[in-house]
Amino acid sequence: MIAFGMDLFDFFMVWVIVPALSITVVFCFIRLVRGPSLPDRIVAVDKLSGVAVGMMAAYAVATDNSVFLDVALVVALITFLGTIGFAYYIDRRS
Amino acid sequence: MNRSLILMTATRYLVPIILMLSVFILLRGHNEPGGGFVGGLLAASAFALYVFAFGIKEAQRLLGVHPLALIGSGLFISLGSALIAPIFFGEPLMTGKWIDTFELPGIGKLGTPLFFDIGVMLVVVGVTLLIVFALAGEDEQLGGGS
Repeated sequence: MIAFGMDLFDFFMVWVIVPALSITVVFCFIRLVRGPSLPDRIVAVDKLSGVAVGMMAAYAVATDNSVFLDVALVVALITFLGTIGFAYYIDRRS
Repeated sequence: MNRSLILMTATRYLVPIILMLSVFILLRGHNEPGGGFVGGLLAASAFALYVFAFGIKEAQRLLGVHPLALIGSGLFISLGSALIAPIFFGEPLMTGKWIDTFELPGIGKLGTPLFFDIGVMLVVVGVTLLIVFALAGEDEQLGGGS
């Protein structure tokens, strides 16, 4: 993957940022599948949305496309509503 | 339903931010991704957050009007903007007519597509809030509020 002509920015993007986000997705899915209780799974889903925001930001930086930053802003503002809904559901069920 | 102090405090400043963001998404919809539908969904989600935090009564008081009124006025605005071209210019229905002489700062050129988008936004807000209020109201009726 690393080749001549790859500057520090591309190196950082390919070998640090994207792998970190991807590994986080894997761990979130492990917690989502194995999570012993419902709150564990909800936190995993919330973390996945955060990783999605990070991926959009990384993509926007990598492609010099500022449109994805607005998408990341909207997703970051909205996804916690789902978490609140799940929390309300747990609160009501118990 | 026991109210969370953290959620109530966060909601008080998140609702204006989300509403401003929805207007921003609405106004940039002509040239970039966005538009009436997404803006309407964002505004409705702001009110849904208010329902979660303060309950359905407070959210209806914040909205001020019944969601059905929003749907009706939105359809009326959209239909009016679609009818401008055939009535005044003799062109096909829903032809986009723009005012080319001046631009408003922050909004850009005025034209019938802008008003069509505003109508779409009002319809989306009304429909989504009808659903949210119905679901939340049913929830509270079921004795969910412990």
